[in-house]
Amino acid sequence: MGWLDKLGLKKEEKLDKGVEKSREGLLNKIGKSIAGKDKIDDATLDDLEDALISSDVGVKTTIEIIDRLEKRVARDKFITQNELQQIMREEITALLKENRPDQPAEFDADFPAKPHVIMIVGVNGVGKTTTIGKLAHLYKKAGKNVMLGAADTFRAAAVDQLKIWSERADVPIIQQGQNADPSAVAYDTVASAKSRNADVVLVDTAGRLHNKKSLMEELAKIKRVMGKVVDGAPHEILLVLDASTGQNAMQQANAFTDVVDVTGLVLTKLDGTAKGGIVIGVSNELNVPVKYIGVGEQIEDLQVFERDGFVKALFGE
Amino acid sequence: MFEDLSSKIESAVQSLKGQARITDVNIAETVREIRRALLDADVNLEVARRFTDEVKERVMGSDVLNSVNPGQQFTKIVYDEMVKILGEERSDIAVAHQPPTVILIAGLQGSGKTTFSAKLARYLKQENNRNPILAAADVYRPAAIDQLKTLAGEIDVPVYSIEQKDAVRVAKEAVSMAKSLALDTVIIDTAGRLHVDEKMMDEVAEIKSSVEPDEILFIVDAMTGQDAVNTAKAFNETIDFDGVVLTKMDGDTRGGAALSIRSVVEKPIKFMSTGEKLDALSPFYPDRLAQRILGMGDVVSLVEKAQQEYDEKQAKKLQEKITSDKFDLVDFYDQIQKIKKMGDISDLVGMIPGAGKAVEDADLSEDTFKPIEAIINSMTPEERHNPEILNGTRRRRIAKGSGTSVREINQLIKQFDQMKKMMKSMSKMGKMGQAMQGLKDLPFGK
Ligand SMILES: Nc1nc2c(ncn2[C@@H]2O[C@H](COP(=O)(O)OP(=O)(O)OP(=O)(O)O)[C@@H](O)[C@H]2O)c(=O)[nH]1
Ligand SMILES: Nc1nc2c(ncn2[C@@H]2O[C@H](COP(=O)(O)OP(=O)(O)O)[C@@H](O)[C@H]2O)c(=O)[nH]1
Ligand SMILES: [Mg+2]
Ligand SMILES: [Mg+2]
Repeated sequence: MGWLDKLGLKKEEKLDKGVEKSREGLLNKIGKSIAGKDKIDDATLDDLEDALISSDVGVKTTIEIIDRLEKRVARDKFITQNELQQIMREEITALLKENRPDQPAEFDADFPAKPHVIMIVGVNGVGKTTTIGKLAHLYKKAGKNVMLGAADTFRAAAVDQLKIWSERADVPIIQQGQNADPSAVAYDTVASAKSRNADVVLVDTAGRLHNKKSLMEELAKIKRVMGKVVDGAPHEILLVLDASTGQNAMQQANAFTDVVDVTGLVLTKLDGTAKGGIVIGVSNELNVPVKYIGVGEQIEDLQVFERDGFVKALFGE
Repeated sequence: MFEDLSSKIESAVQSLKGQARITDVNIAETVREIRRALLDADVNLEVARRFTDEVKERVMGSDVLNSVNPGQQFTKIVYDEMVKILGEERSDIAVAHQPPTVILIAGLQGSGKTTFSAKLARYLKQENNRNPILAAADVYRPAAIDQLKTLAGEIDVPVYSIEQKDAVRVAKEAVSMAKSLALDTVIIDTAGRLHVDEKMMDEVAEIKSSVEPDEILFIVDAMTGQDAVNTAKAFNETIDFDGVVLTKMDGDTRGGAALSIRSVVEKPIKFMSTGEKLDALSPFYPDRLAQRILGMGDVVSLVEKAQQEYDEKQAKKLQEKITSDKFDLVDFYDQIQKIKKMGDISDLVGMIPGAGKAVEDADLSEDTFKPIEAIINSMTPEERHNPEILNGTRRRRIAKGSGTSVREINQLIKQFDQMKKMMKSMSKMGKMGQAMQGLKDLPFGK
């Protein structure tokens, strides 16, 4: 559990000394104030609320979590602090959806389709290309034949960037250069993956803000053409979210899901102090699992998402 | 169109009607609404708390309730308070007494530093006749130097870079290079770094101490959430920056992080970055951001963008036509071309937080205009000038010629008539921009 240690040991900087309570040991405090009761007092709820809001969970989801907690407490009653912690974790964990069996997160797992095509989408600068580099490395290490497609032909030097990652991961890349038609690149990539018998294809796309209609339509087209080469491709569409993003991530997730049916989330930059709490609401409302987390800029810095660990980290444990 | 905070405040205050004055108890609900709106806009929890406490202080015991319009009065207090925190005055970036002026760009990964560096170079070159050089001091990220070189190539600005992975050296040598080439400005693009990464924070501190920049800008993604205060504070402690740049403001984020940052570090916000293209840069206007945080949309920016594409002379001619009822389908066609030139309209409308759904329903893509253009192109000049003569036979002929249906033609003519009417009433109010502003009915329009 490397990343947990990393997250857990991190010192929360205090916004305003004397005002902000340390998040460390929040559960202790809650435990003390409500042990043996069948209702949680207001002060406890306030503490909990603060912890969730400060982690970007958002007002709506925070209220939902607290409602669930209150219901459980009224029904089950709890005695010990351990039990309360347990209940709270369970309630939050329940909002985070699980992976589908045909889209396993483990790198050595078998895929039903060959090639298994994964398209990576998201707004600008969240870490799409880096995530592809890391995924390529991990799939390759697990013995898979990997191929990359450079369908971000828009951003300056985006193709060069992915090319460097393909060298680092030692996997082939299909590219047509800057300003080429991204759909054509995606088509090419899947076609050559098919003929070369690749196991996994990772297709990079240009970052785009979800409120730009024409760019979103372009994304839908990139997706569509891949299905013409391989049935059911892309088999996964991963939306990359930056952990430091606030409530706008929900709009992002909604818009991307509308145009391309996002199947999973990647939460990047968790090596900072941002907690990425927005994924709870996103996962719950859009019914998509969080699959991976990014914890640094190096090729090894990607991990399969673990719900328990994430929830613990939310409370600074 | 969408629910904003002002309407919430108004309805909350409505329920206080008849009460003599504002008290701790009767104001609680309204304060909660405001706080929630701030949190939804990503204002940091503690900052939101302090903010609502201050607002409460100001309205308590005041005679807001007895004013003609207590809701608006209250909203104005909230708005004014926010503008005050965001910074009332605009501040420019420093110019060195002895050139070159050295500008250091820093921030988290992916926040938009490289793009902004190139935008700033373009801006200084075009607006202030400066001769900048860009320093490629991001020596880590794959293809970072290529990225900067590509962007710089577009605006014909030189880039200084070296093979070695030594950011401090790049910065220093770029400054010497500027001196020897008599270039007056050095913009140093640095690698993205996390505020908790000690080694990287030391590096940027070292760059600072070795080139002694005249201006240090901290680049922040406008979509940042609660953590913005932590990063801004840490960067401020390490490099004591002079100003903040908000990027990706072309999204539909409310941008509350800006309020958080302003409250914890007292540094002005200097620019807003509004797109991926190098001309997408604008000065910072606190009033517009306040409206956006309050969920009212950046209406003024929209109007401005529309106006930019609007030639004064043409506007006058058009206005004359409208008032004298001479506006015809030829003019209508011209207007469509103008709207199309403004860029994707849905992009514009999309800048309004909460308008996302409305945009979708309206389906405002470029294709929207294709059938309209086809129809008008299939008309005779006479028909374009006098749409009244379009009888059934003519409409059937046009439908055939344009590959549309009579229904679509009927619809177009209806729309045209409506637009004519609207424009006429707008022109009575003065210029188009003012009219657009009037339409939005801003509670605090100036
Ligand atoms: N929509 C939009 N995209 C932007 C804006 N500014 C930058 N971007 C995009 O955001 C992404 C990251 O921008 P960069 O300029 O590379 O950011 P950076 O801070 O230099 O990133 P690193 O060097 O990776 O830390 C790119 O895809 C840019 O095109 C903006 O104002 N609006
Ligand atoms: N600290 C940290 N930085 C990351 C992580 N993932 C990506 N980055 C950095 O974020 C920036 C943007 O990443 P990039 O992959 O180019 O984003 P894209 O525009 O979405 O393709 C780069 O500077 C990356 O090095 C992460 O998990 N942690
Ligand atoms: Mg990329
Ligand atoms: Mg950069």
